[in-house]
Amino acid sequence: MSLYIDRAEYPAQPDKNLLEVCLSLGLDLPYFCWHPALGSVGACRQCAVKQFKDENDQRGRLVMACMTPAAEGTRISVDDPEARAFRAQVIEWLMTNHPHDCPVCDEGGECHLQDMTVMTGHTYRRCRAAKRTFRNQYLGPFVNHEMNRCITCYRCVRFYRDYAGGDDLEAQASRNRVYFGRAADGTLESEFSGNLVEVCPTGVFTDATLKQHYTRKWDLQNGPSLCPHCALGCNTLIGERYGEPRRVLNRYHHDINGYFLCDRGRYGYGFMTAPSRLSAPLLRPAADASLHPAAADEALAAAAALLREGAGIIGIGSPRASLEANFALRRLVGPERFFAGVGEAEGRATALILDLMRQLPVPVATLRQAEDSDAALVLGEDVLATAPRLGLALRQSTRHAALAAADRLNLPHWDAAAVQVAGRDQRSPLILATCASTRLDDAASATVHGPSDEIARFAAAVAHALDGSAPEVAGLDEARRQLAQAAAAALSSAQRPLVVAGARGGEALIRAAANIALALHRRGRATRLVWVLPECNSLGLALLAPRPLAEALAAAEAAGAPTAIVLENDLYRRAPHRAIDAFLAKARVAVIDHTRHATVEAAQLVLPAAAFADGSGTLVSSEGRAQRYLRAYPAAGDITDGWRWLGRLGALADGRAPDWQSLDEVTRACAAEFPTLAGIVDAAPSAAFRAGGRKIPRQPPRYSGRTAMRADRQIHEPPPPADPDSALAFSMEGHPGQAPAALLTWYRVPGWNSVQAVNKFQQEVGGELRGGDPGVRLLQADSAAAAGFLAGDAPEPFARRPGEWLLLPHDLIFCSEELSLLAPAVAQRAGPARLLLHPGDLQELGLADGDPAQVEAGGETMHLRVQPDPALAPGTAALPAGLPRLPWLDLPAWGSIRRVRG
Amino acid sequence: MERPLTQNIRPDGQTVDIAAYEQAGGYLGLRQAIGSLAPAEVTRIVTDSGLRGRGGAGFPTGSKWSFVPMGDDAPRPKYLVANADEMEPGTFKDRLLMEGDPHQLIEGMAIAAYAIQAEVAYVFVRGEYVLPARRLQQAIAEAEGRGYLGNNILGSGYSLALHVHTSAGRYICGEETALLNALEGRRAIPRAKPPFPQASGLWGQPTVVNNVETLCNLPHILARGADWFKSLSRTGVSGTKIYGASGRVMRPGAWELPMGTSLREILEEHAGGMRGGLRLRGVLPGGASTDFLVEEHLDTPMDFEAVAAAGSRLGTGTMIVLDDRTCPVAMLRNLEHFFAQESCGWCTPCRDGLPWVESILDDIEEGRGRPEDLDLLDLHTHLLGPGKTFCAHAPGAMEPLQSALKYFREDFERHIRDHRCPWRAS
Repeated sequence: MSLYIDRAEYPAQPDKNLLEVCLSLGLDLPYFCWHPALGSVGACRQCAVKQFKDENDQRGRLVMACMTPAAEGTRISVDDPEARAFRAQVIEWLMTNHPHDCPVCDEGGECHLQDMTVMTGHTYRRCRAAKRTFRNQYLGPFVNHEMNRCITCYRCVRFYRDYAGGDDLEAQASRNRVYFGRAADGTLESEFSGNLVEVCPTGVFTDATLKQHYTRKWDLQNGPSLCPHCALGCNTLIGERYGEPRRVLNRYHHDINGYFLCDRGRYGYGFMTAPSRLSAPLLRPAADASLHPAAADEALAAAAALLREGAGIIGIGSPRASLEANFALRRLVGPERFFAGVGEAEGRATALILDLMRQLPVPVATLRQAEDSDAALVLGEDVLATAPRLGLALRQSTRHAALAAADRLNLPHWDAAAVQVAGRDQRSPLILATCASTRLDDAASATVHGPSDEIARFAAAVAHALDGSAPEVAGLDEARRQLAQAAAAALSSAQRPLVVAGARGGEALIRAAANIALALHRRGRATRLVWVLPECNSLGLALLAPRPLAEALAAAEAAGAPTAIVLENDLYRRAPHRAIDAFLAKARVAVIDHTRHATVEAAQLVLPAAAFADGSGTLVSSEGRAQRYLRAYPAAGDITDGWRWLGRLGALADGRAPDWQSLDEVTRACAAEFPTLAGIVDAAPSAAFRAGGRKIPRQPPRYSGRTAMRADRQIHEPPPPADPDSALAFSMEGHPGQAPAALLTWYRVPGWNSVQAVNKFQQEVGGELRGGDPGVRLLQADSAAAAGFLAGDAPEPFARRPGEWLLLPHDLIFCSEELSLLAPAVAQRAGPARLLLHPGDLQELGLADGDPAQVEAGGETMHLRVQPDPALAPGTAALPAGLPRLPWLDLPAWGSIRRVRG
Repeated sequence: MERPLTQNIRPDGQTVDIAAYEQAGGYLGLRQAIGSLAPAEVTRIVTDSGLRGRGGAGFPTGSKWSFVPMGDDAPRPKYLVANADEMEPGTFKDRLLMEGDPHQLIEGMAIAAYAIQAEVAYVFVRGEYVLPARRLQQAIAEAEGRGYLGNNILGSGYSLALHVHTSAGRYICGEETALLNALEGRRAIPRAKPPFPQASGLWGQPTVVNNVETLCNLPHILARGADWFKSLSRTGVSGTKIYGASGRVMRPGAWELPMGTSLREILEEHAGGMRGGLRLRGVLPGGASTDFLVEEHLDTPMDFEAVAAAGSRLGTGTMIVLDDRTCPVAMLRNLEHFFAQESCGWCTPCRDGLPWVESILDDIEEGRGRPEDLDLLDLHTHLLGPGKTFCAHAPGAMEPLQSALKYFREDFERHIRDHRCPWRAS
């Protein structure tokens, strides 16, 4: 198909609108209300072009490009004088109330409205009327509100409500006083509120954490990074000034995060500058002395001494440290002495998932594929807490029913409002099985609640309902059987069904989930799986085949005082406190980490590790994709990557040169040792890569203050530090053009300075990045693999115990993840920790909402206030997972609950 | 002269109850339709009658219905909505019909609903129309009691639930797709077409929205036939029309007259001409969102084509008269204030253009106008035109302005030149 734009012939696709076509062709056409992920609504009237009936039509008529389908032979003019004048007029209208406060606006320099204003050529305000003003609202620690700047494009509410399912931000009032805000001041409740910062085309919604220590956007030095706060591997861009990360921006990845991040991923970066951040080596001169800062040489000497003493060295790896750091530890201590720094059950579950990823014929879904599924079953995970961006993808998956309704009316999918009307209240199946209610329940077609064993039984019943040769579940009650049959029917009538399960659910549930996927696969459905894993490199650690942590603890018990090198890990989050206390009391411990925690407090030696903003490495996401994160700025002082510390330690121990001096060397060594990891070398271009003979600059072309920013200490500008680990330079000089996708440091092209410029980095708008999206998929499903069902009996049905409650882990987005909780903004959103109970159980205990209670389990005593949740099965209680003040428990576990006096 | 729409309406303002309505031949049209005609036949008769929408756009009613999917495969439920959100300034014809003869509307709705096989119908009533809403509620209860509404109407097997919904009060709710959003409890913003309501309307289901006066014609068309209906008009455009006049005429009011009655006859005979000492300067023939007609147009027959040929629109047929002692700039300022205030805020040109227009008119009227302001007003009459905005609200707002700038330009210029309004005592 081809069409004509300003008399030139161009190829085009029929399922696109004219705005998408123009932007994909690289033409500049201004717009506001259209968003590639939100579609067209025709509100702003900014993208007007002139359309001609045929080649003889000289007059033509103005149409909105975003609302006009591309058809064979379509003739339009972008350059037409009337169209240009109209577009400039739209800006003049928008500007009648915009405050023109660019010099003091947080958005300035990265503002779509600025760009579009310049693009249309509007310069002079003819309107003499006074501007309208609004009262701003406090919207919580993440998002700042400045309504006077609003140009009423409706993107915020379309994202927040229609896309993300939020209900506490709305368009209020009418005419030129439309107000986008909450009913009253207060924290935005959505898990995805931070995207407003990027969705808003001007400075109404801005990053409140950046505002805390504001820097002009063009003065930020950036590094392509990865979100460390769950296992999905969302791509981020970290911006730095004065040696501190100042903000996290979404880094577009077509197959993963697309245009959006969750708030944990956007705002968790604060842990890297929190008081808990380790900035210098620490030494404990004597067993009863406290840790004190030491010079790097001194610390390394002490470390070498530690390595020579003791009954052998063991290494405890980390699911939140890079593949390279874990590999370096494994190389240092040897494979037999390399242990997984994860809890017992989590380790087993992760290993099983890894086995299934290798063995099943059913492929693992990318987030985009999850979004494209037309029926989904989620088992045992509150994805909004354990893999939040997946929750947003699943919410989109429910749109397929509406899209099908639109298809029946021949409405294009980009016509967002029309699709919404055509599919009013129609949703594709989304079945959620969780222990407690979740904030995704409103999007679900059905919910099933119960402890994980009950969910495993339900899952097994679904598999059996799909395929009679899958194992049967004994003693299933009739209501559950019917639910299972309904779920099976929904999944088997879908074209692209999706099954989601994760490490949280336990092995029986994982096997049952695999059986459901197998049954659908055997029925010929294009089935996919998502395995939810707890941390950013859970899978990478598992791929290095570590031994279970319990064996390390037991070995220390048996063999006596080993030297343990603990890599980026707080062992108190992995096993019962008493077991860790006993282990740490015996072992000589060296910790390499970026963050101070309880394990650090028990160490003899601490080496400060680089984190995700000042370090580099490779992570393997839950999808099995190896991706590289590259530092945004040089680590300060003695801080360096864990793998570099470990290389130095190895050299010291053996009295030779380190095995590696750079990231590429350690990555290659890792890839050489593990055939599965061979691909990690290609996750990003190596440090030797040059574009046009030059490195890629981390600083934007308008970066300012190079000589001024250090002038209080040094009046000469030092040379930019070298970066041996990547093809990026700590400089504004370098390759002026577009970098390969894995090395993108900003989205700016002539005329486009905001995040909207991402259009110019894609092969087509909303499509893949030019040159391909970054990362290498390490594990591929073998479609020829045997599709036999996994054996194993379903667990016994849950039975109440009088006077006892089965305590279940309750994941919370802003509380359960270790690192993000250290970020002040996220901590503000963590909310009070509550023990959830069924209202009937509360009554039985004589407790009301908010009353204090005492919980005893696993030899530990805890105090929490209670909260009713009717979704919980009577006889179960949900404890906030990962809360630092609560002791570690191997959940689910039986315990007692008592009322205490407040 | 036959006046089928208003024949039952009492001069004392009292309503007509079901007994009186039946006695006057009421519900015969419905009996005729449901008792002996297939839905497609009802649609054909209405198409043949030449009935065109009385809400302002004048779309042929039968043709509008014909886009509704019919048959066993059609989506269910389907909806019929009576647009009774009569908020056009100067327009009060639907209020008259609902207050004076509510059963006529109910019967018309039942016929229309039967024709499209709708299960549910709503009357979307302007919020300020408290009395019409109350009388409709009462009449619906009466009609249900007699089996004209509800389950198994008149033993036919056809069922219809009819509900009254009172608007929260915005002019834009009269736009049929904004009305549907409002009825769903959403913000009253217009929808893009396609999808057209007949395919995907209320809650995404097939829906027809008809004006009150349009619907009130149906019982008579069904009872007396398409040819009779056509014969009512003077100019071949079918039926009667409720015309109205407001402004400084002798007898402001509304009159049911043959479609195509001339503007002069309406103004001079029925409205009694201008009040003493006043001269006519212009007329907005069909409500506030229509172009001015002036003295030279007085012999224009008030039907869709003739008024369009004269450069305006028939609209609602209820005219606002401008006299020679009222400032046209002040009148436009008042009108544009209304339109700016009633913009829903969805699209930029309307939301931000109309307040600018209003502020320019403020300035001119208050003596702060500048010569270039007229260029800006001219520019807006072009840029807020059809196709450039999301719906017809702003184009409608520009109709009186563009014609005022044409016919009364010297008044605008004089305000600007003298820095004051010449109609005001200095």
